Amino acid sequence: MIGRPSVPRSGWHAAVVVSSTAETRTAARLELEIEGWPGNAAGQHLDVRLTAPDGYTATRSYSIASSGPATGDATRVVLAVDRVPGGEVSPYLVDVARAGDRLEVHGPLGAFFVWQPAADAAEAAGVADAAGSADAAADPDAAEAATAADAAGAPAARPVQLIAGGSGVVPLAAMAQAHGDAGDATPFRMLYSVRSPADLFFAAELQRLVAAPAPFRLDLVYTRATPEGWPVGPGRLTRDALEAAVFAASETPRVFVCGSTGFVERVASWLIELGHDARDIRTERFGGT
Amino acid sequence: MDHLDGNALAGPLADYFAFDVTEARARCNGCGEVAEFARALVFASPAGTVVRCSSCDHVLATLVEAGERAWLGLSGVSALEVRRA
Repeated sequence: MIGRPSVPRSGWHAAVVVSSTAETRTAARLELEIEGWPGNAAGQHLDVRLTAPDGYTATRSYSIASSGPATGDATRVVLAVDRVPGGEVSPYLVDVARAGDRLEVHGPLGAFFVWQPAADAAEAAGVADAAGSADAAADPDAAEAATAADAAGAPAARPVQLIAGGSGVVPLAAMAQAHGDAGDATPFRMLYSVRSPADLFFAAELQRLVAAPAPFRLDLVYTRATPEGWPVGPGRLTRDALEAAVFAASETPRVFVCGSTGFVERVASWLIELGHDARDIRTERFGGT
Repeated sequence: MDHLDGNALAGPLADYFAFDVTEARARCNGCGEVAEFARALVFASPAGTVVRCSSCDHVLATLVEAGERAWLGLSGVSALEVRRA
């Protein structure tokens, strides 16, 4: 059997905005129908390219909040875009783009910041990471890997810790959703630092995942305003709060961190201080515009 | 200017490579560290992009795109480990 890439091959595609709804005061949730989209794994991103009438182009990366085709129509993709004041692309996507508008997108992109249920089974068995395509559920390679995992008497997959700063929650929400959709037994936790309750992305979806059978715990840290009756006042995430919320280093979790550069580097350095192996920490930084 | 990381180059480099560069592991010829390209630090400006080793800050790669051509330098990478398609 010829090996296969872990994620679908990327390419340039024409996309149509199917819907745009307010996600928060500053962000929109965009559903795109993308011609020829091969599906994507949870955690991947795409690049959106806008072209002005004079030929000037601006390209920006956006994490994908959905993963398919396991979740349904493989050519539908959900983005959640936060408006960056003065940005070239995000104000257009949040405030201007409406159903029927066309965009150019490049993707799916990135095989590093990705979580897939089947890939985990392969990893637990020490099997080369040959499974794990987006259509893993129907993939004989993935089934083989899972069987190998059972035969080897492998321990349950290592727990997964997701750590989000602000809109960095988008790829992590895709991972949590993929975990929930698969009914995956891997223990999952998400630590989500957000300004206020009104700034939460995917508030309803995350609450549904907490209640779903797949083990998922959500810890929220509010930096500017808390809900009424919240046990602690608003404030930035601290090392102590991080330590209290995340899987301990002794549980050897795989950790995914996404947020602004400052957030990601602060959190990653704390995790190292707390004994986590740098190789177990995968990070994705995002910038403005 | 805040830096990003190698994840941000998945799109630009997908135009030139047949494999996903960000999960490829690169060996830095400054310090010998071997790490996924996604872990490198990326400094982007309108003039071009500089990719630095996250361990020693050595320049791994540069990318300049202008008009219909691109210039990709890999002066700091002594080896790449890639997934065979």
